[in-house]
Amino acid sequence: MYVIIAGAGKVGWNLARELLAKEHEVTLIEDDRRRYLVVEQELEHAVQYGDATELWVLERAGIQRADLVIAVTGDDEDNMLICQVAKEKYLTQRIVARVNNPRNLQHFKLLGIQPAVSATDLILRLIEHEVPQYGLVQLLALEGERLEIIELEVAVGAPAAGRRVEEVELPDGALIISVLRDGGGFVPKSDTVIEAGDEVLLILDPGLESAITPQFTQSAAAA
Amino acid sequence: MLILIVGAGRVGSAVAKQALEAGHEVSVLDQDPLSHEQLDKDLVDTWEDAGGRFTVGTALEVDALVEAGIEHADVFIASTRGDNTNLVVAQIAQKRFKVPRVVVRVADPARAAWYAEQGLHTICPTQQAIDLVAQAALAPA
Repeated sequence: MYVIIAGAGKVGWNLARELLAKEHEVTLIEDDRRRYLVVEQELEHAVQYGDATELWVLERAGIQRADLVIAVTGDDEDNMLICQVAKEKYLTQRIVARVNNPRNLQHFKLLGIQPAVSATDLILRLIEHEVPQYGLVQLLALEGERLEIIELEVAVGAPAAGRRVEEVELPDGALIISVLRDGGGFVPKSDTVIEAGDEVLLILDPGLESAITPQFTQSAAAA
Repeated sequence: MLILIVGAGRVGSAVAKQALEAGHEVSVLDQDPLSHEQLDKDLVDTWEDAGGRFTVGTALEVDALVEAGIEHADVFIASTRGDNTNLVVAQIAQKRFKVPRVVVRVADPARAAWYAEQGLHTICPTQQAIDLVAQAALAPA
């Protein structure tokens, strides 16, 4: 696979290393001369000096034959535009953009730049996963495929507690795919009994959360 | 007609003053509070006294754009110093806020040409300078 990475900061440089180690062909583009010279000592011809928002720089790097373009500069406007021209002008099959300021995520979406990865969001997800006081944690959203995976803790007295998987009242478009219990996880069968204190992973169509949550939380009527 | 100008540099502030003089409603957004001086220059009173609006904020902040009046703008001009900021904010004005007329300054001729093909009204001062200089230099004596 031929990969072009714009931005040789910590993220870009390490991505380039990893991809080269996996024997992909990589060109890293950096527009800060001093940074370029540092990175060039290690990566040699795999790094080029230039502003990746300029078309001739992308063409010099061979964007016409790139399978993947990754924009990870520290500037959100640059990342948006690099991915936009890659996708719309050079018809690059796959793009990945880094979002520096989560508030700019809406602009990436507006311009059709997906996936757009925000480190702040990823860390927030991890915090929610480690500190499950929120009840429902979204683990993964496949927006293109319109599917998401969520994690829920089963409360004592919840409708689902003590029931077999097949008895849990779930709407169409939702499926329990994994149960985390006693530090381990397993894929349940239809006769697996869900216990209070379990964490369950579900795959679902986006928008079904509110129909699913009541099955796993303590209902007002039961309390 | 409400004209919203993002970037009060030499071009932005001069266009702002012309538009105000022509009787339009003009709102200017710039991240630098001091850029207000560019607007006051050559005016008898201040920019606000002359009837202009000024908002401090960055171009990609939706709140700042809304405060500056983008929802009611008839014309949007992106004239900050950065090509990339201009190209992104112009697309926000066009695609998200459906501003009827969007004009964007792009210094890089190659991208000015490509984004023009994509339906943005780009103005490229570099290309105009190239044409004028070439014309002046190469015209038959």
